[in-house]
Amino acid sequence: MPVTHVKNSFAPPEVGGDVLVVKDLHFSYPDGHSALHGVSMKLSVGDKVALVGPNGAGKSTLMLHLNGILGGHGEVEIAGQRLTRDNLPAIRAMVGLVFQNPDDQLFSPTVFEDVAFGPLHMGLPEADVRARVDAALEAVRMTSYRDRLSHHLSVGEKKRIAIATVLSMNPSLLILDEPSAGLDPRARRTLINLLRELPITMLVSTHDMKLVQELFPRTIVMDEGRVVADGLTTEILEDETFLTAHGLEKP
Amino acid sequence: MHFDAFDRYHEKESFLHRLDPRVKALVTVIFIVSNALLPDGAWLAFIFGWIFLIAANLLSQLGIGYTLKRSLVALPFALIAITVLFTIPGKPLFTFQLFASHFTVTDAGFLRFVSILIRSWLSVQMAILLVAVTRFPDLIHALEHLKVPAILTTIIAFLYRYLFVLTDEVFRLLRARESRSAATTGNRSGGGVLWRARVAGNMAGQLFLRSYERSDRIYNAMLSRGYSGHLYTLNAHEMKPRDYYVTALAIVVIFVTQILGRF
Repeated sequence: MPVTHVKNSFAPPEVGGDVLVVKDLHFSYPDGHSALHGVSMKLSVGDKVALVGPNGAGKSTLMLHLNGILGGHGEVEIAGQRLTRDNLPAIRAMVGLVFQNPDDQLFSPTVFEDVAFGPLHMGLPEADVRARVDAALEAVRMTSYRDRLSHHLSVGEKKRIAIATVLSMNPSLLILDEPSAGLDPRARRTLINLLRELPITMLVSTHDMKLVQELFPRTIVMDEGRVVADGLTTEILEDETFLTAHGLEKP
Repeated sequence: MHFDAFDRYHEKESFLHRLDPRVKALVTVIFIVSNALLPDGAWLAFIFGWIFLIAANLLSQLGIGYTLKRSLVALPFALIAITVLFTIPGKPLFTFQLFASHFTVTDAGFLRFVSILIRSWLSVQMAILLVAVTRFPDLIHALEHLKVPAILTTIIAFLYRYLFVLTDEVFRLLRARESRSAATTGNRSGGGVLWRARVAGNMAGQLFLRSYERSDRIYNAMLSRGYSGHLYTLNAHEMKPRDYYVTALAIVVIFVTQILGRF
């Protein structure tokens, strides 16, 4: 079925200070597969935005651009700083990227070492590192897991620790790739409550439309490497023909 | 699913458990090196080493025979040394014929073989004990403190972390194969040996590709959190007076063993 691309039919909400500005981002993988065709978006302070779209729409590719792991043509600005080779460390301290599979995110033997990894590599003194680890674990309600071994945790616990590993870096922008994938209802509920409480600007890629409806006032829809809609979640989720055209479902 | 079968650490509150991991790692390494340096047939030194080992076993509260039981698994590897039976010149003990060649076992060869067996057995037991009384992350920290190159400790740390993930992956692959290894009534399941070998080969390839891709994702996750080529760690380990005493005592005992082995 051919997919018709609708030009931004939903006006984005009014924005104040911009945490994230992406302008006309293009990217092709080395094998020639073209993943992004001119993606643009803006996130203001405190925005909680859902990023939805079918598999292969370019969501994960876009996320890897936001802290400079991939570098395509176009502009990425984090909190007013344009992402270049020179300020990569500073950008990475501001952007907390949580990968989909917590086994990729948690690479240290113990929970403590994993949460301390970011602050340590930012060059903070030991006392600060410890304070940040404690605060991050407290924020995800996992303080008692401090000395546990990562491979002994359940998927839900791993996900929460994975979020703590970037919270400890005090990011201005939190980027989560499919946070609710593979979670049982209780773990999913805990995660939703956690995301609601966190007072951080976040961009969350997901297929979980109920989560989108419940948590995110604003939604960005991507398909075939383009942003096809950016606007109020309520309006986007009402347009059933539009959702079906982009491989999505009304919750 | 978790496969904790590899986790050999035993939670206890014994004297050995509370020792600084650096002391344990260092003493173990010295013990093993000392064993390797002992001359053939240094029976007194071997007995002394064994007593040292049993004392360590007792201090760990794991029981006298703890390491002995587990060391049997590693023993077959010592059989690699079996060639010394025939290759060391000496007084012939007996000769036998195998595949049209004559093998002559010499007394010097026999002596060396038994010595190698005992040395490796003692060393393996000490290593087993080390892993049983030291949490693995602590052990890696200890190695870092002992100036083992960061690249080695990093590889060991990652190996430890992902061994479990990989085993899970292997078991998933095996289960997927089993679920599809069906047979119609009256027919034998599976093809010929060659076909089976090819399936196994494909699975090994799959495992490699998956691990390779995973390593890419892990590297990205590390980059995202500020990794730029150096790993930093915090460590709370502090040497107490007791740790120094134990190190000194252990080194003296090992030194005495060396002297006993040479006279």
